[in-house]
Amino acid sequence: MPSTGPMRTADSADRPRLAPHVRLAYDQTRQRHVLLTPETVTLLNGTGAAILELCDGMRTVAEILAELRGRYDRVADAEVQAFLNGLLAKRCVEVSHG
Amino acid sequence: MDRPLGLLAELTYACPLHCPYCSNPLNLGDYREELTTQEWQQVIAEAAELGVLQLHLSGGEPLQRRDLVDIVRFASGHGLYTNLITSASGLSSRRAELLRAAGLDHVQISIQADERALSDRIAGMPSFERKLAAARLVKKLGWPLTLNVVLHRQNIDRIGRILDLAAELGADRIELANTQYYGWAQRNREALLPSRAQLERAEAVVRAARERLRGQMEMIYVIPDYYSKYPKPCMGGWGRRQLTVVPNGDVLPCPTAHTLPLPQASVREHSLAWIWQQSPLFQRFRGTDWMPEPCRSCARRDLDFGGCRCQAFQLTGDATRTDPVCHLSPDHEIVASAVRAASEAVQPREPILIPRPHPDARRQD
Repeated sequence: MPSTGPMRTADSADRPRLAPHVRLAYDQTRQRHVLLTPETVTLLNGTGAAILELCDGMRTVAEILAELRGRYDRVADAEVQAFLNGLLAKRCVEVSHG
Repeated sequence: MDRPLGLLAELTYACPLHCPYCSNPLNLGDYREELTTQEWQQVIAEAAELGVLQLHLSGGEPLQRRDLVDIVRFASGHGLYTNLITSASGLSSRRAELLRAAGLDHVQISIQADERALSDRIAGMPSFERKLAAARLVKKLGWPLTLNVVLHRQNIDRIGRILDLAAELGADRIELANTQYYGWAQRNREALLPSRAQLERAEAVVRAARERLRGQMEMIYVIPDYYSKYPKPCMGGWGRRQLTVVPNGDVLPCPTAHTLPLPQASVREHSLAWIWQQSPLFQRFRGTDWMPEPCRSCARRDLDFGGCRCQAFQLTGDATRTDPVCHLSPDHEIVASAVRAASEAVQPREPILIPRPHPDARRQD
């Protein structure tokens, strides 16, 4: 069930997705992925973009971490969690439970 | 040189509302030769090429442009994030559905107060019920809803009830921004500038509401810069992040820069890239070389960029001076005395507000 309550952190079973007003795009000019909201532009690094591309509302956080481990040599679970929690706090990312 | 991130497209200065704090130019009649649909599309294509990622569609009332849906579709096709800033006047179900289909990402609706009589009085016409209906429509169509509220002496004491209304409408974001004193707002400053006591009460209400609505509604609260210690980092720096194109095709580093005695730059004469990179207008206050003291040696010069050039010019007659809002400015007394007057004035008093007219009306001085 979608959560709009005072939810601050993503558990490993949560399924994150971008909030409806947020868009992930590739900026040709700057050759970078960017996260767009009504008032902000966030330039993403490669890993940030890879994480958000996996936030499709279907995969759980645990599945996203597994997928990243298949692609990168080292994946710091805590850093990925912190990145998602930061975006949750800014309401750029939403989660469904279970 | 940085590339611009955002383009504010002021599509038209036509607007059915008459808000006395409107920041549109006083000489509205000078902007009637509006860019055509094709010219706007050219501007948008050039902006995207230049690196712009966000297009803010504003005015006046952008819904007054019959080609708004075409403009949104074109911008969306160029990958831009599109944001409509509207009074909601003209946002019918049909129009909203067409905008949604054209790819409009986000809608911001202005409300003037929490209840009809005051809202309609400030807006200068019956509009409150229409705004509520439009806000519900935005939610129904699956857009996130942002409400924009311009705060001032006449409505700031109702901020709690404004927040209640926003929650009731299911707003995802609310921008509570105190009036900035340009254009019509500057003319009406005495009736609009809140007292220090009003601001303190408002801030307490906002703090409590932030706690209560955490996770439910994002809240942006902007105090009047007259009451802050340092000036606002206007536009994130002159010609650094943002550019504005006004209805007649003039390009500006900020929406009020037309008030400055600087050479103009128009998309009808030059490319957007040339204007951004080379025009004298965009180079005039870019960076920090132009700065006088106390900005030049100030540790904050790359944080607030000397504040607002338009405010410096408006209050001192010299656009190169430090923004008088800054407590370090040699001209700070101009702002301090306005704040004292606002805080000492007896309340309540009957406000005398000069309504912003329709652009077709002849200017009355």
